[in-house]
Amino acid sequence: MAEHLDLTTAISRHVRDGDTVALEGFTHLIPFAAGHEIIRQEKRNLTVSRMTPDLIYDQLIGAGCVRKLLFSWGGNPGVGSLYRFRDAVENGWPTPLELEEHSHAGLTNRYVAGASGMPFTVMKGYLGSSLGEIAPHVRFLDCPFTGEPVAAVRALNPDTGILHAQRADRAGNVQVWGISGCFREVVMASRRVVVTVEEVVEVLERRPGDFVIPSMAITAVCEVTGGAWPSYVQDYYDRDNDWYRKWPALSRDRDAFLAWLDEYVMGA
Amino acid sequence: MADRTPAWAADEIMTVVASRLLRDGMSCFVGIGIPSTVANLARNTHAPNLFLIYEAGPLGAKPYRLPLSIGDGELAETADAVVSVPEVFNYWLQCGHIDVGYLSAAQIDRFGNLNTTVIGPDYHDPKVRLPGAGGAPEIAAHCHEVTVIMRHTRRAFVPRVDFVTSVGLGPAPDTRSRLGFRGAGPVNVITDLGILRPDPQDNELTLVAVHPGVDTQDVQDKTQWPLRVASPLDVTDAPTSEELAALRDLKSRT
Repeated sequence: MAEHLDLTTAISRHVRDGDTVALEGFTHLIPFAAGHEIIRQEKRNLTVSRMTPDLIYDQLIGAGCVRKLLFSWGGNPGVGSLYRFRDAVENGWPTPLELEEHSHAGLTNRYVAGASGMPFTVMKGYLGSSLGEIAPHVRFLDCPFTGEPVAAVRALNPDTGILHAQRADRAGNVQVWGISGCFREVVMASRRVVVTVEEVVEVLERRPGDFVIPSMAITAVCEVTGGAWPSYVQDYYDRDNDWYRKWPALSRDRDAFLAWLDEYVMGA
Repeated sequence: MADRTPAWAADEIMTVVASRLLRDGMSCFVGIGIPSTVANLARNTHAPNLFLIYEAGPLGAKPYRLPLSIGDGELAETADAVVSVPEVFNYWLQCGHIDVGYLSAAQIDRFGNLNTTVIGPDYHDPKVRLPGAGGAPEIAAHCHEVTVIMRHTRRAFVPRVDFVTSVGLGPAPDTRSRLGFRGAGPVNVITDLGILRPDPQDNELTLVAVHPGVDTQDVQDKTQWPLRVASPLDVTDAPTSEELAALRDLKSRT
């Protein structure tokens, strides 16, 4: 059963140096507040996984928390580059960054295998692509029934999965609606699951298109209003596109980034 | 001397010509940026029942404004359904349910292979680190067909891409079928200069049309391989005032 904790305690207890951590959420429901708490607690040598690193992993990388990144599309959508990610890849600042690169479908299927308790799953992808040559957890085999070529991708089981959702009840059941990315797969694949929510309510009033993650699949729930800003929470607040457009000016230069980090994350 | 300044920008004619290829009722897998503009222009003009799929999960999205990112709230709120990312890729795309995918790239080669990963010969020490694959490899593999839309530059049109992020057509006619791909791959490449299509004999991209006022030599100068030119060479229809108005209206909302 999920335990209601404050965010500081949840991150301190459930994210450890050297862990593999997946902060999920696809454009929608990106757990920024939890990411900032990881930065404040100066976690180190993390392996972090997301399809789109987005600004949250740019910040974690720039803050020196990350040793290795699993990803499939590393940009600021509609805006441009992630400069802290590029500085780490191209110049090893603030520490060298190891990459494991996939397609969206490939990384997704690593979670699917992990959630299913299988050592791997198969998909039609990577075939003929240079990605198949550089991705360490992809192999090619022939279907034992039809002989057709398929790619095998290895299961990914994060130590901690971290999500942001609309709301939870006192028992720790979590309700989500709108774009949910790989939520269910990350919950079921991860050893520990921390969920921040906009609000804790007495009764989860059902919504069209929603789903509930039962408390027994979750380790800790933290009430963090605004915890996904500057991404968005459907029916709570919109994506702050202006802030995403402003990020290059705050992050292109190391000193500007460190000044932002000190003022808005470390000092918060 | 007549005024030779065209009434449209290079990106505008590229977007308009690409949008004309979409037929009403088709299903279209939409990437962010120009592909999203193309698909929504078609939906706002001749193809109101275009079924748009965004990789974040919205199926049948009908955005009024162009989204900045692939999972903006307006996509989910206007969609017929929102599904998970594994469902998008494994159930909708991989099984061959999508008619057409629109892709862009930093590099394309003479067989339509696309690179969105790194520039330079060494993956581990790249000259330029690009964003990466996203959904493109599977879109290129599994949509019934693919239209590539990108600006025509010498840096982009190269004999061999530095990194094959998404598989094109290959020099052998059976390259794709040997890989088990259902889709036909990149059958149209729309640039700001014209249209290229694969030669049915050997899949080499061939210039089949130029936009009004574009000189063939200019296309060759911006292509790093000796470009085949179809004979006769078509000239695309100029954007109509209605098409340009619809495109500018769409962009002004964003």
